[in-house]
Amino acid sequence: MTKEELKQILTETIPGATLDESGEWLNMSVDAPGWAATAAQLRNHTVLNFDYLFCLTCVDWKTHLTMVYHLTSTSHRQPLVVKIQLDRNQPTIDSVSGYWLTANFHEREVYELFGVQFTGHPDLRLLILPDGWEGKNPLRKDFEDPVNMIKL
Amino acid sequence: MTTASADNNTAKETTGAAGTEFPGQVHPTPGGGILVSKLDDVINWARSNSLWPLVFGTSCCAIEMMSTASARYDWSRFGFEVARATPRQADVIIIAGTIVNKMAPVLKRLYDQMADPKYVIAMGACATSGGPFFYNTYSVVKGADHVIPVDVYIAGCPPRPEALLHAMLALQEKIRRGLTREQIRMQKPEQSF
Repeated sequence: MTKEELKQILTETIPGATLDESGEWLNMSVDAPGWAATAAQLRNHTVLNFDYLFCLTCVDWKTHLTMVYHLTSTSHRQPLVVKIQLDRNQPTIDSVSGYWLTANFHEREVYELFGVQFTGHPDLRLLILPDGWEGKNPLRKDFEDPVNMIKL
Repeated sequence: MTTASADNNTAKETTGAAGTEFPGQVHPTPGGGILVSKLDDVINWARSNSLWPLVFGTSCCAIEMMSTASARYDWSRFGFEVARATPRQADVIIIAGTIVNKMAPVLKRLYDQMADPKYVIAMGACATSGGPFFYNTYSVVKGADHVIPVDVYIAGCPPRPEALLHAMLALQEKIRRGLTREQIRMQKPEQSF
């Protein structure tokens, strides 16, 4: 499958998506509501068959948060980057740990570092940070820690 | 190490360029020789030539440490070959990498489990001062010497294997030169380290 064919299929199957080809990989922006259904389509579509989630992370843009999912397929090897903008004050998004098992730990990491709530996650608790860090979100740009942090 | 000038080489043979020779003086007598030395010197000489490092690496400095251990740089030339995976058999801990707040109690426990005499090398910028993580970081300890005492510091991010070898030789020199931390502590019981 070529990138053009992938683009073609994506515009047909996911009508609400905005595609962006400026980077090396194909970028797709979708809305947060209905992300679980979109993820299911990407995962279970016979041709798209995105069966490998190789990166799940979040970016704090100070005005909003962006969830970033890097997907690829073991059958056609075309990578796809899915970006979803979230409200910074109430970041909530569907969990995809049912479609890609690796998302379980990655979503827990994003939850502890950025405070994103993943609805439908089976076990949403701190992954690496020790107890007592609930709700502090140290990777947010406005995070303050006067004890451990030396500001530059 | 500075070496003696060429014409003095033969006269300085007993002290040696690298200082690895047996400490003491040989008085030649007919039918053999008499060796005069101090027990402390002999013990320190023996210790410095058989330092067993702990297998401990927390980030990219550990890659350089592994490189130093393997064939190209080969720290076994200086008596470091037996890297031990248990602190109870190790003499020196090379802090190869970033120490975070969550790791600090583990490092302290490992150090406490090592038998005296024990030595610490802080390898690289992170172990020395926090390095690139000094500012705006919530998790990194700003220097491993906040947790355990350090004998030798190495600059670099990460330091090259040559730098680590130099630090190890410096540690050997330090051990040969004088008393260990424990010996100093025994001499001055009122002082706490």
